[in-house]
Amino acid sequence: MKGIIYLFADSLVIAKRNVIKIKRVPEVLVFVLLSPIMFVLLFAYVFGGSIDIPGGSYREFLIAGIFAQTVVFGATFTGAGLAEDMQKGIIDRFRSLPMSQAAVLVGRTASDVVYNVLTLLIMGLTGLVVGWRIHSSIWEGLAGFALLLAFSYAFSWTMAFVGLLVPSVEVINNASFMVIFPVTFVANTFVPVENLPGVLRIFAEWNPISALTQAVRTLFGNIPFGAPEPTVWPLQNPVLYTLIWAVVIIVIFAPLAVSRYKRAVKQS
Amino acid sequence: MSNVIEASGLAKRYGEVVALDGLDLAVEEGSVFGLLGPNGAGKTTAVSILATLLIPDSGSARVAGADVLREPAMVRERIGLSGQYAALDEHLTGFENLDMIGRLYRLGRSRSRARSRELLEVFDLTDAGNRSVKTYSGGMRRRLDLAGALVASPPVLFLDEPTTGLDPRSRIELWGVIRELVAKGSTLLLTTQYLEEADHLADRIMVIDHGREIAQGTPNQLKALVGGERMEVTIASIDDLPRSQEVLASFAVGEFVVDRRTRKVTAPISGGTPVLTEALGALYEAGIELRDVGLRRPTLNDAFLALTGQQVPKSDHQAKDVNHRGEG
Repeated sequence: MKGIIYLFADSLVIAKRNVIKIKRVPEVLVFVLLSPIMFVLLFAYVFGGSIDIPGGSYREFLIAGIFAQTVVFGATFTGAGLAEDMQKGIIDRFRSLPMSQAAVLVGRTASDVVYNVLTLLIMGLTGLVVGWRIHSSIWEGLAGFALLLAFSYAFSWTMAFVGLLVPSVEVINNASFMVIFPVTFVANTFVPVENLPGVLRIFAEWNPISALTQAVRTLFGNIPFGAPEPTVWPLQNPVLYTLIWAVVIIVIFAPLAVSRYKRAVKQS
Repeated sequence: MSNVIEASGLAKRYGEVVALDGLDLAVEEGSVFGLLGPNGAGKTTAVSILATLLIPDSGSARVAGADVLREPAMVRERIGLSGQYAALDEHLTGFENLDMIGRLYRLGRSRSRARSRELLEVFDLTDAGNRSVKTYSGGMRRRLDLAGALVASPPVLFLDEPTTGLDPRSRIELWGVIRELVAKGSTLLLTTQYLEEADHLADRIMVIDHGREIAQGTPNQLKALVGGERMEVTIASIDDLPRSQEVLASFAVGEFVVDRRTRKVTAPISGGTPVLTEALGALYEAGIELRDVGLRRPTLNDAFLALTGQQVPKSDHQAKDVNHRGEG
């Protein structure tokens, strides 16, 4: 019990440290606030004109996809932040303190929720400007945002583990781009899965990011009128499927990351 | 007096590289122990093991009454560590860094803040306390890092090369701070590449290389081994070399080294500049013309030469190596 209280208290200290950085590092602020705006505008106006969604507006269809993609990309922060800490001496300090060692990771992933809340807030406002609306209830809308945060929180544990494996921040930025970009594209984020060919369609249907997007779309009431009913289980039960993924990711990657952190030593 | 730090048979290898090769170590309570050696000698590895950052391949250690391997959490409550690379968050202010460390030592909010302010003052960083560490000079970072190790007033301190990379002025300032700390009764294990630094600060010095102890003793015992000061004269003409040795023989307190190629005679002396002046006078009377003259304190290189019969291995001279300081 004492251990859990310490873990919580120490994680708060670490999270606070990371949140302070939002104010101090302008690049981070720009990334957190501006790039989502850019994404919403680009997709809304560049693709919005040429992709036709029968029975609905592409902009409304699109928003949930962009939200999902952006919060998943946001997990890169966790990895990059940890990789940066590992490169610098600060980790040696943490590891020599009588603190809960897992707190460095719990605090990091927690502070990234703050990043994601900010990001979602900004994207939501931008979405409203370009014509996106929540057509369901406020509670369903909030549930949609909560689901985005839950999945991205889980995913940030994956990136935490990766961040502890890679030798530098640059590697994680490039690697995550190489992996996350295709995974978030081969999904229903920007186009309906029905339009995808063979293998890609199967991948997209079982892709948790599709389920996340589908769930958020449903909760926001952004499913186009008359859209075909999903034919696979994950997309028929997108909230459940997303939550299962979130739990599985945490169960696997949180212990992996913590044990990796405990073993990792800055080589000097 | 009892030993606060005790290690036996510490060994650690990274692949093919042997970092520590069975190191034994004992540090008395309230004393300053200097671990002296070149880059790659195993100093940082030893400190990392004692500070619970690294698990040795074999061997055991106790620090402040707790077993490093079995009770790392207890060890961490009783130590402060300041590493070779300032372990600070660049984006936080000096105050925020210390306060964060204080909270992680579980000092509680008000105690942590009070202690942070107190340390900023002690380390002459009060004015800089509200600026982010990014703006700090190397010396300021080291001071803040050292302050970080002291937040919880731990009974045992590890300082890993606290002054490496600092300019001479900052180094002397930091020595002052460390001496004050030690006067308050902390036990300190310090690693350094500079004999001079170990000499200034340590009660006892262990010279290590390739992860093994080479020699151990008080600074005076070690300096006696190395031979203290030495004078170096470069003779203008090689023909004068034998005669200059005859002249210098009456001033030297040990064997001297003659390098025919550079026409340099190096003789250990005791008595400093007066003896050097006398020796020069004798050379002048003998009509021996000199190209260059110098009085030199023993360097780590000399210690190595005396203790191992070989120069500090070249491979250990890395980019930021400053072993040559004082020789040039």
